[in-house]
This record gives sequence, structure tokens and C-alpha cells, in this order.
Amino acid sequence: MAIRKEAHLIEGLLDPKIAQKPTRDGYGLGVIEAAKKNPDVVVVCADLTESTRNLDFKKQFPDRFIQVGVHEQFLAAGAAGLALGGKIPYITSYAMFCPGRAWEQVRTNICLNDVNVKIIGSHTGVSVGPDGATHQAIEDIAIMRPIPNITIIAPCDVIEAKKAAEAIASWEGPCYIRFAREKTPVFTTDETPFEIGKATTFRAGKDVAIIACGSLVHNALVAAEELAEEGLDVMVVNSHTVKPLDEKAVLHAAETCEAIVTVEEHQITGGLGGAVAEYLAKARPTVQEFVGVPNVFGESGAPNELVSHFGMDVPAIKKAVKKAHKRKAKA
Amino acid sequence: MGHLSDKRVKELELIANRLRVSVIEMVAHAGSGHQGGPLGMADVFTVLYFHTLNHDPKKPDWEDRDRLILSNGHTCPIRYAAMAEAGYFPHEELKTLRKLGTRLQGHPERNKLPGSETTSGPLGAGLAQAAGLAYAGKMDKKKWRVFCQTSDGEHEAGLHWEAMLFAGKNRLDNLVCIVDRNNIQIDGRTEDIMPLEPLADKYRAFNWHVLECDGNNLAAVVDALDATSSLFDKPICVLTHNVPGKGVSYMENNFLWHSQPFKPGEAEAAVNELKAIGRKLEAEYAKL
Repeated sequence: MAIRKEAHLIEGLLDPKIAQKPTRDGYGLGVIEAAKKNPDVVVVCADLTESTRNLDFKKQFPDRFIQVGVHEQFLAAGAAGLALGGKIPYITSYAMFCPGRAWEQVRTNICLNDVNVKIIGSHTGVSVGPDGATHQAIEDIAIMRPIPNITIIAPCDVIEAKKAAEAIASWEGPCYIRFAREKTPVFTTDETPFEIGKATTFRAGKDVAIIACGSLVHNALVAAEELAEEGLDVMVVNSHTVKPLDEKAVLHAAETCEAIVTVEEHQITGGLGGAVAEYLAKARPTVQEFVGVPNVFGESGAPNELVSHFGMDVPAIKKAVKKAHKRKAKA
Repeated sequence: MGHLSDKRVKELELIANRLRVSVIEMVAHAGSGHQGGPLGMADVFTVLYFHTLNHDPKKPDWEDRDRLILSNGHTCPIRYAAMAEAGYFPHEELKTLRKLGTRLQGHPERNKLPGSETTSGPLGAGLAQAAGLAYAGKMDKKKWRVFCQTSDGEHEAGLHWEAMLFAGKNRLDNLVCIVDRNNIQIDGRTEDIMPLEPLADKYRAFNWHVLECDGNNLAAVVDALDATSSLFDKPICVLTHNVPGKGVSYMENNFLWHSQPFKPGEAEAAVNELKAIGRKLEAEYAKL
């Protein structure tokens, strides 16, 4: 196996019975660790205490839990005020509503103001499932990426989600982390490196490089392992920080493999794939295929069913890798 | 009414007059900007910066200062004029308003100008930030208070009402929302665009204290803002009834002067009219 030892991933990566947990659980654990270390950490909640995984925080830190009701614009603008008063507010909702509904407050009151607010967006991706398109945030990276001062993170599993939620407390400035509602494979460990702004190469390879973020990183690894049996040597890079993009890691992937596939549970337009393409277009033009939602809205369905339906499952990733490999050969 | 000496009130009136002149001069120099609101609010800003606020112009980041959040950021010429008069920066800098590289942005930016407290302009967002700030102050048992200057027109924004609910729920009595009740907005009179009345009753229904005063009567503004420090358990709204364009006869109560470029001679006429008022005030002051 070409899985890198330094990545400290679990044994049994391909085990169909791999343990599964939602990344939003990792937020709930990480914010508590952050709060234990830093008394300025507060949580602001918009009537979604349980589903944004704030119940334990509320129990442990009742005086630092602020309930604002269904007021997402206030969630963002009020948090800017809390931050001006020295707090480190974690503002929590579904990503569709914050940063979605509250975009202008996020952009002006938080990011232009450059205050230390941590935006926690749950329920991203089509894997939100039966709730349907209204609640499936698949445009959130695209609306956040053009905003100066923001750091954007999409953790790949519950363990990385916990690390990210804790790490942002000591990362000065506005941050956005996107989390998912549905259970996804737990495949990293406490030892897996995580540093904001630094992508981690999970699998070494030289034919095609997959640069992925969020829970589809696991699908990317499975695809790479299966492709190895077909004779393709595929690199897998976990680019958990979408902004600032780890340009060094992207350039290394492009130079090593000369073909890139980006994978994300997000609209193809404006996401990680776009960030990689924008960078490589000037640094080292490279063949690239994009796995993501193809400019359509989501719909109701079972999470895995939807991931397949919209072309982000293992077979779809394999197909994209093969296509990139072919295009490279022609180039 | 009033505990200030007549002399002190007259001093404040003279300051307000100078601020009005500065507003006209800076907006004329910039070639764009807002006049009506800033002129109407000159008396309130005079009282805030020269009577009410606990602040130190030489230490804009002083931890224990009262915080003034300007929600309707487009009225910043009056804040900049008051800050220059108070000594935050040289009066000469007012000429840089809206110019490339200036600290005096068309709408204020916290990271450019120390003492501006927050970046503001998009209407309806100031009270939310002020309420968050006041909540943080309460959490840390701070003595400082938060004043939020708002326009009446921006009360149409849903976010403002979200903030009113939050402040009422949390009994933020360290928060004062001052409303520039001048009855105009860009497109006309507020009661034609989207009626706000009964505004005081609306605040009361949202669990706020409400005080009202003539916002162009300095002694009345002093009394109202002084009274805010002895009200407890609820946030406090001060409805200041102002004449937009106050002090310049052709601007007063004309909604078109919310913001429009000066035609040749208009700014000079305004300054002359204001300076005549200033000379009258000086004469009255000399007799006290």
C-alpha cells in the first residue's frame, strides 16, 4: 500500500464495516477543548443546540452559551460585537443560514471588520439527505472564498473536525469550518498531522493526484486503492484548508503527477477545485478533472444515494482519475 | 431642566456649530457624502463627545472607554468632525474624507481609524454589534457602556429588530440606542416609505426603556443622555427628534439633502449661514 505511514491513518481503511461518525460531532468535542483552554471562547446558537452539537458545551459552560433564536443575521453581526468585546464567539447554525443567509453580515461585520469570529456551518453537502435541497449547503465555499481575511476549513472526518474546531480558537481572525450532518468513515487518528493551512498527503502516487477535502477524502482513498490494482498509482492529498490554499502542496502534486482530480461535496463552481485551478493556471497549467456537484441543486434521498446520484462516489472518482490520466497522456 | 451652567451649554452650542461647519467643508471638499443627517445630529454628537462619553482621544483603545457604535455609517462626517474637535486626529485630516488612502473612509472602518470602534454602513447592523459588545461587557462585569447611534430609516431592516429582541431578552442596561428621528430617508419621508410609528411603543413592547428629547436642544440632549445612566434592567432607547439639515435653511427638512452634491455656491452659502449663527452664539457667550 502507498498509504503514507506519516499520515497515521487507521488500519482497515477499506473495511466496509469501518466506524462512522458525523463531522459535526467533532465540532462539539473540539469546541469544549478550546473552551477549557481559553476562557474567552463562547458559543452562540440559533435554535439548533442539539443538531449543531452544542448540548455538552451548554451543560459544561452554561454562562458561555448564548441562545439567539432563529436570528442568523444577528448571529453573525452580534458575534462581531462579542468579538469586539474580547470574546472568541463560535457561531453555529446550518451553513445554508450562516454563512448563507447572513452572508453580508459575515462579509462586512466579521471579515471586513477582521474580528475573531469562528463560523461553524453544519449540514453541508448533499449528504444532508432527506431534508432536500433547501437545507443542503453546496455553495458555501464559493460564497466564502472571495472574502479577504477568512480562513476556510473542511475537515475529512470526525477526528480532524475535532482538531480543527479546537485549533481555530488560537488562530487569530475570522474562520469558517464546514461540517456534515451525516455519519462518514472515521479513518484518521489522533496522530494524523493537522495544521491549519497545511495539506497532508495521505497517499503517495505519481500518475494522478487527487486533491480532496471533507468527508469525500475517504472515497478518494478507496478509489486510489482500487485503481492501484488496475495499475494506476494515485496520490491523495487532504486539503482540509481550502483558504489559504496550501499552494506548495498543490504545486508538488502537479509537478509529481502532471494530472489533478479535485474532489469535494460542493458545487464544482467556486469550490476547492476552483481554488486549485486558479492557482495552477498561473503557477503550472495542469490537466484537471473536477468531482463535485455539477451546477444543479440537491434533492431528497438517502445520503449515500445522493453522493452517487450527483457523481461523487468511488466509481465516479475512479472515472475522473482515468480521464485525467488519459488527458495527460495526450497532452 | 438641566444641571449644566448656561455658560457650559453655550460652549457646547459653539462646538456644535463648529462641527456643522466642518461637515459642510469636508463633504464639499470630498465632492460627495451626506449632509442632512450629520447636520441634524451635530448637537447629539457634541453632547456624546464633550459631555457623556467616558473616553480619551489620546488613547482610543483605552480598555475602560465607553464604546460608540455608529450604525448608520453614512453619517460619519459628523463623527469625524467630532473626533477631530476632540483631538483624535488633526482637524486638517478632515480634508482627506473619501480620498484614496484616507483613514476617513466614506463609511467608517475600524482597522483604518482608531476610535471608530467598528466598520459600519450597511443599515440595520449597528445595534446587533452594539448588543454583542454590551453582552460581552456584562459577561466580564465591565463598567463601560455601549452607545449605538442609529437612523430612523434603518429601523426598516429586520436585523435591527433581531437585535432589539436580543437586547431586551438579556436586559442589557449598559446599552443605549440613540435614534436620529428626523423622519427622512433617501427616497422620502419615513412615514411614506414604511411607517415606523408608534416607534416608542414598539421599543417598549420589546422590553426597552424609552426616553425622548428635542435632539437640537443641547440642554435637553444632555438631560436625556444623563438620565440613561440611572435606568436599569432594560436597554435604553433615546429618540432624539432632529431637524435634518439643521442650521442651513435651504437644507432643513428637505429629504433631498440626505445626500446630494453641492452646486457651485451652495457650500459657501451654508458655511456663511452657519458662521453667522456662530458669531451670534459667541456674542451670547460673551455676555454670560
